[in-house]
Amino acid sequence: MAQVRYTQEHEWIRIDADVGTVGITDFAQQQLGDIVFVELPTVGSQVRAGAEAAVVESVKAASEVYAPASGEVVAVNEALAEEPAKVNADATGGGWFFKIRLADPGELEALMEPAAYKDYVAGLS
Amino acid sequence: MTDAALPLNRTPLDALHRKLGARMVPFAGYDMPLQYGQGIIAEHIHTRTHASLFDVSHMGQAILRGDGAAEALESLVVADLQGMLAGTVRYTLLTNEQGGIIDDLMVIHGGYYLVIVVNAARKEADFAHIVGRIGDRCDIEIWHDRALLALQGPEASKVFSQLAPASRHMLFMTAENFKIGPMICGATRSGYTGEDGFEITVPGEHAGALADLLLEDSRVSMAGLGARDSLRLEAGLCLYGHDIDETTTPVEAGLAWTIGKRRRETGGFPGADIILRQLAEGPPRRRVGIRLEGKVPARAGAEITDKRWTIGTVTSGGYGPSVGGPIAMGYVDADFTEPGTEVEVLVRGKPHPGRVVKMPFVAHRYAKLTP
Repeated sequence: MAQVRYTQEHEWIRIDADVGTVGITDFAQQQLGDIVFVELPTVGSQVRAGAEAAVVESVKAASEVYAPASGEVVAVNEALAEEPAKVNADATGGGWFFKIRLADPGELEALMEPAAYKDYVAGLS
Repeated sequence: MTDAALPLNRTPLDALHRKLGARMVPFAGYDMPLQYGQGIIAEHIHTRTHASLFDVSHMGQAILRGDGAAEALESLVVADLQGMLAGTVRYTLLTNEQGGIIDDLMVIHGGYYLVIVVNAARKEADFAHIVGRIGDRCDIEIWHDRALLALQGPEASKVFSQLAPASRHMLFMTAENFKIGPMICGATRSGYTGEDGFEITVPGEHAGALADLLLEDSRVSMAGLGARDSLRLEAGLCLYGHDIDETTTPVEAGLAWTIGKRRRETGGFPGADIILRQLAEGPPRRRVGIRLEGKVPARAGAEITDKRWTIGTVTSGGYGPSVGGPIAMGYVDADFTEPGTEVEVLVRGKPHPGRVVKMPFVAHRYAKLTP
């Protein structure tokens, strides 16, 4: 079964073998409000753990999305170009941002497990 | 110490916002609702199709009394206040000696008094300026404990006339006082959304009761600062501190229409020499609207180019929910102000094509007599 890990910046990464699918959490989309544009990395580019990898624009403001782990971008969610509101409707499913081939699966150990992220979010409100 | 460390002021409707689950944000020293449960786009569209209630009690309100009030205040603003009729409202500008804008404000002529409504973030500076300059020529009372509610949208008049029947006869930029139950309210037919509507001043202790009466009408929903900003941007209206400030003149800002005819001839307001010269000769830059292709919103601070050189800067920008795409306003060199002029706006270093367009982006629907 796929594992999901979380960052303190409210990104999630779902691991299937050596590929991680990345998105923002439901908490993040709620905080951002109506999302009107998502700028995704290009397929084939390299992202580095903790570095900016995408930008999400809500009605109010632009926010950076950071890569939870390092690797090569192998796919991006083209559907978000036409329908950025998918991120609001289904942040952890159809609203995914991009997929990376993990350069170092060991980086995932620094991320939060689901229960830890749940506690983390509870502590913010 | 930063502003964030100071305790935030709360408006008389604070409890209502919290009851409705508003997301509260600090704004101009106040804890204000950014949005309620439905979100900014839904609140925006509701305002354009039905009616929304906005709490704008953070704005500054003051009453000026005395025979010389209009003449005195006129020495600080560009409008012809002495020519105003009782019961009318004027949008005007406080200017500085350099021709810059200290604030934009509404002046309501009440017959034997004037009421002014100024921006929340500017009220302390404005009132200090006004009292300092004309405090000896009229009696100025700052209303610290009054609320201000804005009811905006095509159904606003149907809603408000249930409570104040005569309000439906009011025209855009007029004012009336109404008794609603035990409350005396002052209403102006005006707003900051481009839609028909009213701005209603009421003593703070009655604000909750008035809001409840308005919200009892199923056509009315609350809307927050987020929708207020997207609505005013589509309406082409300036946000002080972004689109106008002490370095922009009324002529550059496209607000020369606020300069009264008599004032153009006789001047007599701060910075009149500079402003009237710009009026005659044209300003070096002007505020314009920009419609961007694609979907990327351009925010305040984004550079505007003619595809080669920098020609200006975005001062407000974002997604226009009724336009269905990104819109912006900003200042460009005077050579590039013609509607249709092709420009590029740099967002995160990448150029995005757009063109200069006439504002408003969404037509105003004010209560005006049609010929």
